[in-house]
Parts: sequence; C-alpha cells; structure tokens
Amino acid sequence: MPMPIDKDMVKRLGILSRLSIPEENTEEMVTEIKKIISWVDQLKDVNTDDVLPMNSVVEDMDLPERKDEITDGDIRDAVIKNAPDQMDGYFLVPKVVE
Amino acid sequence: MSYIIKGETGDWEIVVGLEVHCEVISKAKLFSGAPTAFGAEANTQVSFVDAGFPGMLPVINHECVEQAIKTGMGLNATVNKKSIFARKNYYYADLPNGYQISQSDKPIISDGYIDVDLENGETRRIGIERLHLEQDAGKLMHDQHPSKSFVDLNRAGVALMEIVSRPDIRSPEEAGAYLRELRSIVRYIGSCDGNMDEGSMRCDANVSVRHPGDPLGTRAEIKNVNSIRFVMQAIEYEAKRQVELLEEGGKVVQETRKFDSVKGITKTMRSKETAVDYRYFYDPDLIPLRLSDETIEKCRKEMPELPSAKKNRFVKDFGLPAYDAGQLVAEKEIAEYFEAAAKGHDAKKVANYIMGDLFATLNKLGKSIKESPVSPENLGRMVDLINDGTISSRIAKDVFQFMVDEGKSPDQIVEEKGLKQVTDTSAIEKIIDDVINENPDKVAEYRSGKDKLLGWFVGQTMKASKGKANPGMLNDLLKKKLAG
Repeated sequence: MPMPIDKDMVKRLGILSRLSIPEENTEEMVTEIKKIISWVDQLKDVNTDDVLPMNSVVEDMDLPERKDEITDGDIRDAVIKNAPDQMDGYFLVPKVVE
Repeated sequence: MSYIIKGETGDWEIVVGLEVHCEVISKAKLFSGAPTAFGAEANTQVSFVDAGFPGMLPVINHECVEQAIKTGMGLNATVNKKSIFARKNYYYADLPNGYQISQSDKPIISDGYIDVDLENGETRRIGIERLHLEQDAGKLMHDQHPSKSFVDLNRAGVALMEIVSRPDIRSPEEAGAYLRELRSIVRYIGSCDGNMDEGSMRCDANVSVRHPGDPLGTRAEIKNVNSIRFVMQAIEYEAKRQVELLEEGGKVVQETRKFDSVKGITKTMRSKETAVDYRYFYDPDLIPLRLSDETIEKCRKEMPELPSAKKNRFVKDFGLPAYDAGQLVAEKEIAEYFEAAAKGHDAKKVANYIMGDLFATLNKLGKSIKESPVSPENLGRMVDLINDGTISSRIAKDVFQFMVDEGKSPDQIVEEKGLKQVTDTSAIEKIIDDVINENPDKVAEYRSGKDKLLGWFVGQTMKASKGKANPGMLNDLLKKKLAG
C-alpha cells in the first residue's frame, strides 16, 4: 500500500526525525522524495519470483557472539567529552518533560 | 466466576493483554561489554556502543540469548532457531542511537502459555504471544536544573526480555495472578530478579471492554505501572471508565494512558494522532541470530524445576492442599526451606508452621526466609517432638519462640527448660486432685450443672502443670474426676 507522498507526510516525517522543515520548503521536499522513491522503485522491474527473501547479505554466516564478561565501560570522560553540554558527569539536553 | 461490569446496556466483560519488560540478569550488556550493575555513578558503565558513537558495532552477549531461551522454555513456548533484530526508531534523549535494537516479526520465542491459579481454586491458561530481546534505554532526570534534563546512559543497552501475553486476561485478579506467576518463573530460572519497585520488571496493560460474545473493543494502553497491585487497580479503573464512556454514547480512542497511583486513575499520555511511528526495519549491523542445537540442549539441561511442577509434586508427594503448595512454591527460597524441613518429617504440619508461626515471625523481624533464625532442620525436629508426644502443640509455641530467640535445637530447649510433656497418668491425677481440693465450691457448682466451668478447670490444671500436661489426657482425667 503506497502512502501518498504529500506535504502532510513530509511534515510528519520531519516530526518523527526531529527535523524542522520550513513551510516554504515542504513543496520542494515532496518533489525530491517522490524522485528518490521512484528511483528506488526501479527495483520492482527485477523479476524475483524464484528468489527467497533474504534478511541480510551475509545469510550464511553466524552472528558473532560475546561471552558475558565486562570488557568495557569506566570511560566516562571520553564518553561525555564531545557533549554540547554536561554537568557532574551527566549529558545535559534541553528539558524534556512529558 | 467471571468478572463482569454491570452496565445500563447490559453486562460488560474486560479484555486485557499485558506486555512485561524483564531486565535480564547478566554481567555485561546485550550488545556491549559494559557492566549492568545497578547504582553506579552516572555514565561510568557506558561504552562507545551504548552511547551511539559513529562506527561502533553491536556484538551480542551469548548469556542474554541463553537467558531468553530458558525463559521461553519456562513459558512452554517455541524457541525459534532463527530470529532477527530490528531497529525501532524514535528520537528521545534516553536513546542516543535514535533507535532501539529490538525484534519485530521474527522474535526469539513465540507461542507459549502459563497456567495461573485463582483464589477460588480455578486455574486459567493465559497465552503468551512472544518474548523478544531488546535494549533498555538510559535514564533522564528533569528536576536538577531549570531548563535542562540530565542524561545517564548506564542503563542504556542492558538486555530486556519483552514478554507479550495474548488478550486472554479477563479480570484484574487474573492480571495479578499472571504477573505473580511470571515473576516466580523468571526468578526460578534466574533470568530476571522480578523486582517491580526497582524497575527491573515493568508492565504495560492493554485494556478494552465488550459485551460478552462481541468482537474486541478498541483498547487503551496503560504504560509503565510499577507494582502488581497498581496494575490491578489501573485495569479496574480503566475498564469502568470505558464502560461509562461507551454507555454515554462516546467512543474509546486508541491511545497511551498513564496510571496516577495517588489518585488511582488513568490519564491520557498521548493520543493516536500524535502517536509515534517506529518504522521497524531489520538492523543491518546484525545478521540473523541462529541457535545451535547444542545451545538449546544446554539450556534445556539447565532448566530448574519450575513453580508449577514443584507445586504438583508437593501435592502428590507430601499430600499438601493445592493452595498451601501454591503458597510454598511462590518463592524458590521458601520452597527450598520447606523441602529441607519436611524431609523425613510430618510435611503437612511443617507446612502449617512455616505459613503460620514462621511467616509471622519473619514479618515481625523484617527478615527473609534465608535469614530465618529457625533452621529447617530444627523446625522439622520440633514437629517430630510434637508428633511423638514429647511436647504438646501448646508448648511447641514456646519452643518455637525459644528457637527464634536463641537459635538452639528443640531438643536442647526442651531439655534445658524442662518442657517435656507430662504423660504420666499419676502425675496428672495428682495435679487435678490438688486443684479439686483447693476449689470445693467450684466443684460443687460444676456438679450442680454449670458445665461451662470445665474450661476454667482445664485452665487451672494446665497452669499448675506449667503447660506441660498432655492436653488430651488432662481433659479425660479431669472429666472423670469432676464427675466424682
């Protein structure tokens, strides 16, 4: 079921992605997204009738696993080093209260 | 007995499905080597993977996989040899990647059930749709600063098992029983500590109402309720709210609500219009998880005896009533204590002492069964002393208290305090004669028909024997003597 690509959808995508899309740009975005989708839609031209769906390009490999051992952490300074704002070892973000 | 809400337009039944998040017990996180221990300083248990640094790749912790398999086995469910991790996309400050690694249409566990016991003795089977593995989020604090929220990512990336029931629950009581059974199962297996007040087990409830026989109504989801009692209260309130709304001609909207435990009500959190769209897709960083036969077999071998099986065994082997057996198996430690105490002794009596005197004592002392001042061996031995007539059940109360206070064996206590029951007929007769001789007026009253005085005589003679006379013998002999 293809969803209509229109200004409402662009606005909704903006909200879901936490991107602010200025009103005057939405029409342009609609055009661009439509172009991208139709380019990807070329895939529909390939006949896949005899091909099983795959979940990954390395289907035959086993997922690498770790043992349950503590091998990381205790690097607080490095973890918060690039944060735009921090205090007492915490990341600080603009107040978010539900 | 079904739970029915009487409305003006007829009877309503409630339909509930529960989603329970269980924090997995493991040393390291689901996809990183950072520790999971609770209560560390902010952001000290965070790796670059957990903090969502560019280029960092998740590597799954095998232990978390085994914990999920075992829990699935405990839920009588299918263990899927192939499952797939997917990204659940949403932007919030507690989730640095902008997505949570979870499982969508290919979970590790599917199609199970648990049987739950209700107070009226009925058993209900509640279906389990699935159990999947996913990452927990970090924690935010909003009250430290006027315009900022504080972010601690220590919990981010800890493994969670989300266990989704089918909409088979029909009353608040069933919801409570389901949660207690589930908690008991994960604790037995050791895959989650099940502490709802500490947030290591959290519950969302999907609630709808309908006239019996009708198709399912529109549901509301109540998020993050943090105790079994609150889940029951939230369901009860929400169902009543929906019935009132529908009977006034209104419509239930599909929305997320939160429970206000102070007022006991549910409130809108976010409606469907502003609802998030998670845009799941398979995580390209993780190829499908395939379980080897060896791993599954290892898990099967490590499965403990589960509460339901233990309960049936207690009923069968020890002759306990089902309700008592249910009480004893709810916690693994209690069940272990009982078995140690009951072994080779009168199990029914041992069970009664555990559920009566011992629970009351532990409650009063604020101690767990593991810290019990009375060892299981001593409790079992005390029951032997009652059964072989060494002490009466009345004296046993005192012996029990001495065991609590002094931790000694019952034999030692009986010996030291001289509590051995008097079963010597002549000794008891002597005591009775003394009481009768000292109270000729009472004897006369009794003989003239005041039967109620028997109780008084029993009390006096028992007191004179310092409680040690065998109550049965004392009663018989007393009646004979008083009859003249």
